[in-house]
Amino acid sequence: MLALPPAAPPAPKRQLFVGTALACSAGTALIGGMLALWLRFRSAAINGTDHRWLPKKYSIPEVPSNIMLVSFIGIAVFAQWAVYAARRDDKRHVGMALGLVGLFAVAVINAQAAVYSQMGLPIRDKTGSAYGVMFYAITGTFVAFLILGIVFTMVTAFRYLGGRTTEREIVTAHAIYWYFTTAAFAMLWFVVYVTK
Amino acid sequence: MTTIDTVSNTATGSSGAASSIADWITTSDHKRIGRAMIVLGLLALLGIAVVGGLLGFERIDINSVSLGSGSIPQLFAIDRIGLAFFAVVPVMLGLGVAVVPLQVGARSLAFPRLAAAGFWAWFFGMALIIISICANGGPNGGATKYVALFISSYAVMLGGLTFVAIALAATVLTTRAPGMNMRRVPLFAWSVLVSTLGLILVLPVTIGAVIYLYLSYRYNREAFGGNTGILHWVGFSLTQPTTFVYALPAIGFAAEMVPVTARGRMPMRGVVLGGLGLVGVAAFAGVTQTEHPLPWSGSKFYLGDLFWQKLGDILNWGFFNVLPVLGAVVVLLLAPLAFKGSKPKINAPFVFGIFGLLMVLVGMAGGILNGIIDLGLRGTVFEEGAYVYVCYGALLAGMGAVAYWGPKLWGRRMPDKAVGPLALLGVLATVLAGFPYYIAGFANQPGDFTGPAKDLVTFSYSGPHALWNTLATIGHGLMVITVLAFIALALKSFTSGAAAGDDPWDAHTLEWATSSPPPTDNFAAMHTVASAEPLIDLKPSGEAS
Repeated sequence: MLALPPAAPPAPKRQLFVGTALACSAGTALIGGMLALWLRFRSAAINGTDHRWLPKKYSIPEVPSNIMLVSFIGIAVFAQWAVYAARRDDKRHVGMALGLVGLFAVAVINAQAAVYSQMGLPIRDKTGSAYGVMFYAITGTFVAFLILGIVFTMVTAFRYLGGRTTEREIVTAHAIYWYFTTAAFAMLWFVVYVTK
Repeated sequence: MTTIDTVSNTATGSSGAASSIADWITTSDHKRIGRAMIVLGLLALLGIAVVGGLLGFERIDINSVSLGSGSIPQLFAIDRIGLAFFAVVPVMLGLGVAVVPLQVGARSLAFPRLAAAGFWAWFFGMALIIISICANGGPNGGATKYVALFISSYAVMLGGLTFVAIALAATVLTTRAPGMNMRRVPLFAWSVLVSTLGLILVLPVTIGAVIYLYLSYRYNREAFGGNTGILHWVGFSLTQPTTFVYALPAIGFAAEMVPVTARGRMPMRGVVLGGLGLVGVAAFAGVTQTEHPLPWSGSKFYLGDLFWQKLGDILNWGFFNVLPVLGAVVVLLLAPLAFKGSKPKINAPFVFGIFGLLMVLVGMAGGILNGIIDLGLRGTVFEEGAYVYVCYGALLAGMGAVAYWGPKLWGRRMPDKAVGPLALLGVLATVLAGFPYYIAGFANQPGDFTGPAKDLVTFSYSGPHALWNTLATIGHGLMVITVLAFIALALKSFTSGAAAGDDPWDAHTLEWATSSPPPTDNFAAMHTVASAEPLIDLKPSGEAS
């Protein structure tokens, strides 16, 4: 065995932060790819015989969908508040911020359920339109990201508030994840709920 | 500071005397996970080569329908999907998982449990796909429940591969030894980084399409074409240029072998890194879910007053199809410079690697031609020829990588004299399996078994076509023999072969600075790196001895 000179312990390279950023890139590709297919089908439907994509009898409930977007702005601010407080070793504020992130995320899921309920859109469309299937596929996938985010928030809160206050990287990684979901929802909101 | 425990917690390391099955199932040791992926990937290749041979045999006289007309589209699907996602990607990722942490001087893979979860998701996804195909599911399958099982398993399998890719990319980005900046990262590790970043972009896009497909199949068959539309919607991930991203670590391995064989430093190393990075451009074709051909059907190469429009078409086609190939060409062209004035010591892994690179390049060239619509090759068997060249070429290099790093992973080495001829047999197999389809493609032999059935039945397969299809069948058969012989030789050598020593190849990178096989935590002490070839720095003359 060759004897290389021993080195000092390596400088921290923010493994969790980088890993979360890579996972967010994968998530962006997933949502972006789904939105691209959505737009392809939408374009084909608008250029088809009906000249419309959203089925005739149904409309997008704008209040809950807009509330979701506003909630995401709150989530991004609170996630950054947690990072700010963690840098100052302010455990109480970290706990408050993480709690609000979790609460708002649950509220977004509730708003999504309200959208489903108010639309009453069947997933099985007798006319053969792909709208119902694609609507539930893309919004359902996004709800899965939200649930994952809530779990991430809970893990962050347990670890940080449980006493591992020197490990601030998880709070930063947590914020990155919610920025990603906020950006992804902004795209989804514009494509699915605004352009219809 | 990291908040995830990244140190492997297995009770026994790879050097443990008796490894129980439970240890293997619950392991987060990167060397074990990597070896499991490599072995299963090579076994899968065995099965896929048999399927490729059966399809070639079917084409010799398609009217005889010896396989049963209903099963042909399903076998065609498993041949395409299996070659990429059962064999090429797992073998390349498996090599990365096993070797890259050692190459970059890390004690462990980043997120080893994520990689272990990814491995099992891939394995069970693959197993369920095979079960669903056997039960008449899959593309064009008739059993509704098993078609749905096929689609959902496909997403699970791709999700698993994405997890492994994330762990690998994070390893190269965050766990490098002190002094190892990105310009000093070993060529193979760099190619794995570029490839995994590409996979992180391409595989989720495919998963998105699969989610739509699944819900569409369950609730609305018309929108996505039901069971007959599956390959259409995921096809972009099973064709060129996206496949270049899957084969990229094979090109990196060939580049890695050049300075080792030439026994010196790699000249113009930065350009080689750039070349490997260029191949990664192919990932964008996967992200956009299309092949980006030259859309000049019928207008030939006449420019007329459409100069700017056609220039745009050329730039689009060139960016996605030609640029990645240029990257691989750069790697190949710089190889001779390393041999200038050196005393090369040719070994079997080098032969595997360099021939693998050549085969991948022939496939890449086929991908370029296939994209030119005016050549009339689209929809023909030509595309399958390019696919076979890229995938078999990558797997040849993969086998070379197993022979090269086998001593490090298992502590014993394969005999060079026995492995070398297998490389040549593998090349012959690849040429025979791929090149006849190039010729048959120019003669308009249809290639898509899931396309309109009338094209397949009305085409005349007699005359020269019978010869091309016979040769392709023989090629797949030879690949089966190559892989079988390689696995048998590896099994024998790695269990009872000669002890390898810590640095049997007189190599340059960090993995050869630890024992063979390495301890659980890879290195007894942390190393400082001062160049891209840290082991050369330690040797008396500053060059490999």
